[in-house]
Amino acid sequence: MTYQVTVNEVAFEVTAPGMRRLLDVLREELGLTGTKEGCGEGECGACTVLLDGEVVDACLVPICQADGRDVRTVEGLADTSHGAPVLSPLQTAFLEAGGAQCGICTPGMLVAAQAFLESDADPTEPAIREAIAGNLCRCTGYTKIVEAIAVAAQDRVGA
Amino acid sequence: FDPLRSETQFSAVEIGRGDVDAVMAGAAHVVEGEYRVGHQEQLYIENQAMIAVPREDGGMTVTGSLQCPYYVHKALKRALALDSGRAVVIQAETGGGFGGKEEYPSLIAIHAALLARRVNRPVRMIYDRHEDLAATTKRHPAIIRHRTGVMRDGRLVAQDIDLVLDGGAYSTLSPVVLSRATIHAGGPYDVPNVRITSRAVATNTPPNGAFRGFGAPQSEFAAEVQVARVADVIGLSPLEIRRRNLYRVGGVTPTGQVLRDAVAAEEVLERAAEAAEFERVRERTGHERKTRGEGQRTARGVGLALAWHGAGFTGSGEEKMGSMASLELTAEGIIRVLIANTEMGQGTKTIFPQLVADELGVGFDDVEMAPQDTSIVPDSGPTVASRTAMVVGGLVVNAARKLKSLVEERTGLPFAVSYRQDASTWGTTRIDERFTPYPGIHFDDETYTGDAYPAFGWAAAVAEVTVDLDTGEVAVRSVVSADDVGRVIHPILAEGQVEGGTLQAVGYATIEEIKLHDGRYLNDRLATYLIPTSLDAPRIETILVEAPFAGVPHGAKGIGELPMDVGAPAVVAAIHDATGVWIHDLPASPERILAALDGHAPPGPPGISTLAEPGPS
Repeated sequence: MTYQVTVNEVAFEVTAPGMRRLLDVLREELGLTGTKEGCGEGECGACTVLLDGEVVDACLVPICQADGRDVRTVEGLADTSHGAPVLSPLQTAFLEAGGAQCGICTPGMLVAAQAFLESDADPTEPAIREAIAGNLCRCTGYTKIVEAIAVAAQDRVGA
Repeated sequence: FDPLRSETQFSAVEIGRGDVDAVMAGAAHVVEGEYRVGHQEQLYIENQAMIAVPREDGGMTVTGSLQCPYYVHKALKRALALDSGRAVVIQAETGGGFGGKEEYPSLIAIHAALLARRVNRPVRMIYDRHEDLAATTKRHPAIIRHRTGVMRDGRLVAQDIDLVLDGGAYSTLSPVVLSRATIHAGGPYDVPNVRITSRAVATNTPPNGAFRGFGAPQSEFAAEVQVARVADVIGLSPLEIRRRNLYRVGGVTPTGQVLRDAVAAEEVLERAAEAAEFERVRERTGHERKTRGEGQRTARGVGLALAWHGAGFTGSGEEKMGSMASLELTAEGIIRVLIANTEMGQGTKTIFPQLVADELGVGFDDVEMAPQDTSIVPDSGPTVASRTAMVVGGLVVNAARKLKSLVEERTGLPFAVSYRQDASTWGTTRIDERFTPYPGIHFDDETYTGDAYPAFGWAAAVAEVTVDLDTGEVAVRSVVSADDVGRVIHPILAEGQVEGGTLQAVGYATIEEIKLHDGRYLNDRLATYLIPTSLDAPRIETILVEAPFAGVPHGAKGIGELPMDVGAPAVVAAIHDATGVWIHDLPASPERILAALDGHAPPGPPGISTLAEPGPS
């Protein structure tokens, strides 16, 4: 089957079995390896992407369900409109706060956090923790991730 | 089956000093305790993965998720009968290790390499989470028995400790884990009469192996709960009994090691207790416990623990390994660090350029890291045992000093302004720095006496919990951790190590447990083996303390494992403060807490596999 998927604002035509995981299409068909696999059963959130703005685990979404829809991955966070990519405020906050250690959870964590920042939610610490509760991190203890998201939210309010 | 019934012993250790039996007989009180801890999975978020590519010279190049390139190199050479040059191992960006990628990558590398050799094509082998959980090594379950003699004033005068580690079906690293577990088993207390006997035995489960802390979290959990129970018996506060017994400079460890460097046990204890307002909070929780009505179904508690962790390899390990690290000024004027130590999130690739840049007076960005590729970098040893910053860092700082004086001698100018010119005149300059034993540090493998570690790190943690008295569920609300790391190289990375290690310890204390049947793990998926999420994680406050190690020029000691030792006993002490019951087995799961509250038998010890057929257990 052939499916039309927009990924990070670029339209793709993907020919694949309908039940092929969106995760595999992104990584193998489209070469977007920023989206990671940690468990393959929707527990760890390493493959978090946005599907029409909704936070989903790409390991649980068959490509047929993404047909005609809009996917956003970690590769879509930086601003590439002026040539060389410029990191988003959220990515910069992660870098500066030490929100990434080994980095394997970071793409999914960033995508989940970006969705939170784009929602109207009040960036309290409990709300931030709730927003990333589906994304496991084994390195950081979450402390600096929560800090980074709070900093990015602050900047958003200030902007 | 129960390791206590095992008939196969992998190794045994006995250490001690003084006259335990005589002094125990004269002690005011003798307190006994038995503690059991279960398995813990490293649960790096990136599963084990390896790519093997046959080389034109008949050799094999293996690239993968791993901690120790030269461990894999050694295994690959042996399995494929290759010489050093034709076996090449490259570390890929590695999504977490925590000890779980110390040993196991050698196996999967060989599997991939054998297949690649057979078909003469590249082979990629990536475990899915279920395979990874089912097959790879876990933290050793342990059974630790204590008898402690204490005087009325709270002085610990005798410790008699017996420790059994469950190695699983094969020996693997168990003897080395046992060494560390044994040496740390008394806790950070200067007790004049000590006997510690220990053994690692075989059982019917997959083999257990390295996990952050390497035996010490198991034995120190037992030591800390034991000390807290001793304090209860004689009516001292948890803080005061530690003050009266902790190591100070000149203290003597069970292997007879005299602690000569700065000992920060007291400082970390006081600073953590002060920052967390331990005594004040404990007074409040104690009052709440005494006045709690029937209708009140949650209970708050605060707990304290203290730990020590030997930095670097145990005993003569470092001397035997003879690691080499190199620093290069290339003909193109590039400063390159050549080490085999890997980045897995803890900061290797940040702190080494930092150390070198500081020594040479150049910018951080002027120093490069060579890739962790065995065809490029020398064997600076594995990335384990909290040794990278201290041991390899020391080698690299020494190499930087030599490079600096060499260049300054040749150019007559400060290194920073002259090294590019020096490189174009003299071509590549390379300094190879090989490990030599630290002055005054000696360990005797035969008698198991002497300096077991070149330095010790010290940590204290204060945890606050809320226990649901109906469900037994524990919410860890906050942890304050004070950790002595020698010298802080990068504060954000150092805090990150403490925060991450603390949360792994909280998971170990509360929810991480593996159930087994017939030697297999039952909860071998991420849906059933749980680790803490952001909602389970406490707020963690880190206090970094600096008591430098004199044996290295930059003073740094290990930090990776230290916080893992202290979190679990602090949480269990907090559960006791909240509820009045001691949980002797980890994890302190709701089932164990409810059983203890109701006075029922606990739901069986952790970490033991049942047998499929009626058998000896």
